[in-house]
Amino acid sequence: MWKFLLPFAAFIALAVLFAFGLNPKRDIHALPSPLIGKAAPLFTLTDVSDPTRIVSNADLKGQVYVLNVWGTWCGACRQEQEALMNIANLKMVPIIGLDYMDERAKAKQWLDQLGNPYTAVAFDTDGRTAIDWGVYGAPETFLVDGNGRVVYKFISPITTEIWQREFVPRIEAARRGGA
Amino acid sequence: MSAIAVCRRGIVRGSAALMIAVAVGVGALGMPGAAVRALDAYGQIEDPALQARFEHITSQLRCLVCQNESIADSNVELASDLRRQVREMLLAGKSDDAIYAFMTDRYGEFVRFNPPLEPKTLLIWGAPFVMLIVGAGIIYRVARQRSRLPLDDEPSAGPT
Repeated sequence: MWKFLLPFAAFIALAVLFAFGLNPKRDIHALPSPLIGKAAPLFTLTDVSDPTRIVSNADLKGQVYVLNVWGTWCGACRQEQEALMNIANLKMVPIIGLDYMDERAKAKQWLDQLGNPYTAVAFDTDGRTAIDWGVYGAPETFLVDGNGRVVYKFISPITTEIWQREFVPRIEAARRGGA
Repeated sequence: MSAIAVCRRGIVRGSAALMIAVAVGVGALGMPGAAVRALDAYGQIEDPALQARFEHITSQLRCLVCQNESIADSNVELASDLRRQVREMLLAGKSDDAIYAFMTDRYGEFVRFNPPLEPKTLLIWGAPFVMLIVGAGIIYRVARQRSRLPLDDEPSAGPT
């Protein structure tokens, strides 16, 4: 009995491991964020198109908002832009942009050409805010609740389907949560 | 749609040519595979003890863009930004633990090549020993079974 069962059990264990590990849909680069459930790191930066204007998420206290990390060097961000415009038109929550490792002139041109879905765009000159948020690529999109806690992080380009499926229920839950 | 359509910012501007020059130089010396450290504009830390700690810490932190490279070795901009962070924290008198904590608070345990032994990392640290015990058990059983079998050149006692 054991002679049959043991190899069989080993086979099942390996099959389960491979099914998980070799799943082509699994993004091995998408790492769980340790920020989930923690206070969103505060930043005070300047506006991407107006260096004299301050953009800070401290002003958003009590509000549910989205932080979208992007850069003009990032092709996937261009791919995401149309969906972001559609999402912005829903006017559900403020979308704050974090322009990462970029140049102001290029960013300005990008927003003029592709449209600006953002309530405000903070310019992360030296990548320090991105480090605080654990950013390691772009695009990355964070959802912050009214208590200033990070609720969700999505890595890779957002689509309206992902918005409806992952973000909308969490936004509603955050609002019901008395925030 | 591929889930991996995420951008990772590439090699630090200006250092690419230098890296190639260094790599060619190293290659010419007949030392392929010799460790080529990523280069920063900052140079060495004056205090050799701090520089040694800097080198150790950056070699223990994973570059999340390349994942199998440490931030000491990687040339992507994020690694460069993280080296700057480590350097500043060292110069500010922060302890190694404080620097590791800073990184794991932001990027998770995955950022450490050498995660500390604690309940949630028990499986990683324990797995080799579990496998060793399981393997030893299998070998023991097989060896004991075989030792009960008669040797080929011994005449068998029983009927053939």
